Amino acid sequence: MGWRGGGGACGGGPAGGGMRLRRVGSRNKRVDQRNLEYFLQQLINGLTLGGIYGLIAIGYTMVYGIIGMINFAHGEIYMIGAFIALIAFLVLGLVGVTWVPLALLIVLVVAMVLTAFYGWVLERVAYRPLRGAPRLSALISAIGMSIFLQNYVQLAQGARVKPLAPVIPGGFSLLEVDGFIVQLSYLQVIIIVLTTALMAGFSLIINRTSLGRAQRACAQDMKMASLIGIDVDRTISTTFVIGAALAAVAGMMVTLYYGVIDFYIGFLAGIKAFTAAVLGGIGSLPGAMLGGVLIGLIEVFWSAYFTIEYKDVAAFSILVLVLIFRPTGLLGRPEVEKV
Amino acid sequence: MTVLAVRGVHTFYGNIEALKGVDLEVAAGEIVTLIGANGAGKSTLLMTICGQPAATRGQIVFDGDDITRQPTHEIVARGIAQSPEGRRIFPRMSVLENLMMGATTAPSQHFADDLDRVFTLFPILKERRQQRGGTLSGGEQQMLAIGRALMSRPRLLLLDEPSLGLAPMVVKQIFQTIREINRMEGVTIFLVEQNAYHALRLAHRGYVLVNGRVTMTGGGRDLLANAEIRAAYLEGGH
Repeated sequence: MGWRGGGGACGGGPAGGGMRLRRVGSRNKRVDQRNLEYFLQQLINGLTLGGIYGLIAIGYTMVYGIIGMINFAHGEIYMIGAFIALIAFLVLGLVGVTWVPLALLIVLVVAMVLTAFYGWVLERVAYRPLRGAPRLSALISAIGMSIFLQNYVQLAQGARVKPLAPVIPGGFSLLEVDGFIVQLSYLQVIIIVLTTALMAGFSLIINRTSLGRAQRACAQDMKMASLIGIDVDRTISTTFVIGAALAAVAGMMVTLYYGVIDFYIGFLAGIKAFTAAVLGGIGSLPGAMLGGVLIGLIEVFWSAYFTIEYKDVAAFSILVLVLIFRPTGLLGRPEVEKV
Repeated sequence: MTVLAVRGVHTFYGNIEALKGVDLEVAAGEIVTLIGANGAGKSTLLMTICGQPAATRGQIVFDGDDITRQPTHEIVARGIAQSPEGRRIFPRMSVLENLMMGATTAPSQHFADDLDRVFTLFPILKERRQQRGGTLSGGEQQMLAIGRALMSRPRLLLLDEPSLGLAPMVVKQIFQTIREINRMEGVTIFLVEQNAYHALRLAHRGYVLVNGRVTMTGGGRDLLANAEIRAAYLEGGH
């Protein structure tokens, strides 16, 4: 159970438009699944979901790249981002900020900043003290943090599903054939544009700025990075902060997209984003983005053309297949390297 | 004037005591070498100077300030640069990016000049500047490692076995350049070497490290003439 609200035959959709599509889906004997409109709708849904996975996957791959550890609490960071976004929306509603663009901007900033702080604390508390320890210790610490954060949110916010009324209803009807409407909701547009912009901006930071160079230097040789005067601890902190901020955006988008969240959503989303990172090649940033989009597409198309009950199985089969046949992922590099 | 003073330094790797009370000094403008066999603790001493790991006992003083327990990046920011054991070029960065990384602690207005200087010292790096560090030959990587260290405008340059694994011609060239860096740029150099012959000929003074302790010290030429050293480090070697 993870993407609870997203259980439609079309692989989910925004609360408003999605309902209608889902109804179409439930009568889907009448919808010819082979036609282009249906495919197009799934493509839009898949890209939306994929962008969200990609944002989370970046956090996994960055942390792995720099300290060689899978941060299994990253899914929970994303979940916390979703909760902060939800709370921020409710608070803004109470104080009467109703102009949607302003509300979105405020929630975006608040969610990114607060979640980034969680990411920073997570690294300080759970990983930095174990910097010199064997990898297994850090891994166990990560799993411990994951359990802790889940329970923390469950205790603080309750175990029940939290709903959020649709904030951005409506969309474009791209195409209508025999009563089947291909919809591109405004929210989907926002999600795709925002995730693309974030990924582009983020790639620019990594490739062009001194912060990005420091990060790459630490990823390639941490000891040498310190010998040229890079503050390695601070660079690692920054990595967690950036990863958490991107996960917060994903959390906010999911809150808007599905309209329901609970304390447990981080688990499945986390593992799927991790799958995306592995599929793209763990440690590779373009790989994480590509992997995210692919996992999103696979999941949505599987739901659309086969059985929705097995959509998680489909995603994880990919993980197994990649690990067996191409452990370095699509864009990953082999570990052994001439130095 | 003493730039670097190492006083009674002990360093541990876990339970293994790699340095057992090392004392030495490097004065401004000098080339000082530390020779010793494999495993004597030479590289450990260079890393200890940079705080990786920090000395468990004793004191390291740079420019009159105690740097023994400072974090590495702060020590480096004071003006110590190291071309470490194994060169440690960033393999997936270009030559130019490696040099940019070297300039992390340097004020950015000097970057263009510093880059020119390094390219003058090592013209091959200019030719290869877009190439990835990991694809360079051993000698080129060594030059890049030294060039990267120079980009931080150090007052003290620590060199760990720059001759290791290189062809004799390249070794000669590297040592010539080290002398040039010392003379033209006024950089103080502390050089660790197994290649005692070249190192002692180059250095003003030398120390001999055996099993984590300094056993001998003197002028470079004097040590070179010393019978014990000839027997231990030179005969049958070079």
